Amino acid sequence: MALIKCEDLSIAYEGQTVVHDLSFEVGQADYLCIVGENGSGKSTLVKSLLGLKSPVKGCITLGDGLKQNEIGYLPQQNDVQKDFPASVYEVVLSGRLNSRGFRPFYTAADKEKARENMELLGIRDLEKQCFRDLSGGQKQRVLLARALCATKKLLLLDEPVTGLDPIVTQEFYQLINEINKRSGIAVVMVSHDIESTMEYASHILHLQETALFFGRAGEYKNSEVGKAFLKGGEYHG
Amino acid sequence: MAEKLIEMFSYPFMVRAILVGSLVSLCSALLGVSLVLKRYSMIGDGLSHVGFGALAIATAMNAAPLAVAIPIVILAAVLLLRISGNSKIKGDAAIALISTGALAVGVMVISMTTGMNTDVYNYMFGSILAMSSGDVELSIALSAAVLILYVIFYNKIFAITFDETFAQATGVKANLYNTLIAVLTAVTIVLGMRMMGALLISSLIIFPALTSMRVCKTFKSVIINSAIVSVICLFVGISISYLCATPAGASVVIVNMGALLVYTIAGGVKSGALRKK
Repeated sequence: MALIKCEDLSIAYEGQTVVHDLSFEVGQADYLCIVGENGSGKSTLVKSLLGLKSPVKGCITLGDGLKQNEIGYLPQQNDVQKDFPASVYEVVLSGRLNSRGFRPFYTAADKEKARENMELLGIRDLEKQCFRDLSGGQKQRVLLARALCATKKLLLLDEPVTGLDPIVTQEFYQLINEINKRSGIAVVMVSHDIESTMEYASHILHLQETALFFGRAGEYKNSEVGKAFLKGGEYHG
Repeated sequence: MAEKLIEMFSYPFMVRAILVGSLVSLCSALLGVSLVLKRYSMIGDGLSHVGFGALAIATAMNAAPLAVAIPIVILAAVLLLRISGNSKIKGDAAIALISTGALAVGVMVISMTTGMNTDVYNYMFGSILAMSSGDVELSIALSAAVLILYVIFYNKIFAITFDETFAQATGVKANLYNTLIAVLTAVTIVLGMRMMGALLISSLIIFPALTSMRVCKTFKSVIINSAIVSVICLFVGISISYLCATPAGASVVIVNMGALLVYTIAGGVKSGALRKK
């Protein structure tokens, strides 16, 4: 069974339909990239996958024991965080909140999990540093560690490399690829960066209000939509 | 000096002022950290103006001031949060609308009934004589509630302050906690505003948080430091007010400004020292 299965999904934003008749699914250990132009409904789709926006038609079914509050989400950075006084440890640990339910305090197991994920992403030595003093790439690692704390099965990344320099961007992609291959965590990534996307993704969803293409990455390269978009990507890249 | 300070505690009104003031400044410091970080600083200011309007109406109707003001200000707080969440009217414009509107209503009501007199002056700039024993009881209950809720929901408050979307995605009812913070802020402001003054009370929300953020690097230390700084500044401010016969609200704000200055310098020295290493 699939982790996420979307059937005939339509989502409206302030009365306007932004996504319609969309069907796709994400299986275990898949690496799905959602590509598309600005305003093609990517962010709205992300909100719906997180359960923050209910669809007007169709349904999203979570399977394989994936719970709605156990999606490891890496949001686009917001400006509140630019001067936020919080240590790296505090931020990462807050990813364990969904395992708490109504119980107010973190347990030793939660703290251990937070440390493990910091270790995994190579940010253990930043533990006590202030989040606002970190570089862009370090911040994304911290937020990725937080997302890993929140999930066992699925990471949902919304434009994770925006504002990162090329070297850090490549490192970040490799990191995500390693997590995907090694721990079998499925990855759903919204991205502008079509070239790097093709390098790692197993599946592609090309969104333009509805699915222009959904399938394996290899097939996308040879499809009409894929060819046109990849060519465009080369021009801009 | 020491004698004068001991003498200060022999007046029941001073003891009440210090007790209520300390508890209100403790609560507002805790709530203020979240409000400042979420860019809601002006909500405190807006609510105090609404409180002014409500107190004016209560005086005109000969009703108990708190019984009228607390529900009205809570309503305004919930309304302001709803508007801030909705992008059609931007949050800062909405707050300016509501606060000037409420101020105008208050001034109209007063001028039609008692006329502009010392009462108005006291509402605007605060009076150290304003605290009754009922206020003492209410402020103890309020601060107990704020402290208990803050400890229980600390991790959730951190999560929604840092990243509301992520918190919601992991199943935290962010709206519920935002409303809770707004309601507690409303009660804190109404309690404190008659002593600090409608125009000055929001300083208790904003100053301690900003002061601590100059130096502290973790959320927990910012919260604890804010609470301590806020209570100390209030005590020093009230003492100055008593010793030099200055207005209580203004004295407390001046002391808070001093603390902000000291922390800013300390923060600058600290980061300068780190860079040298």
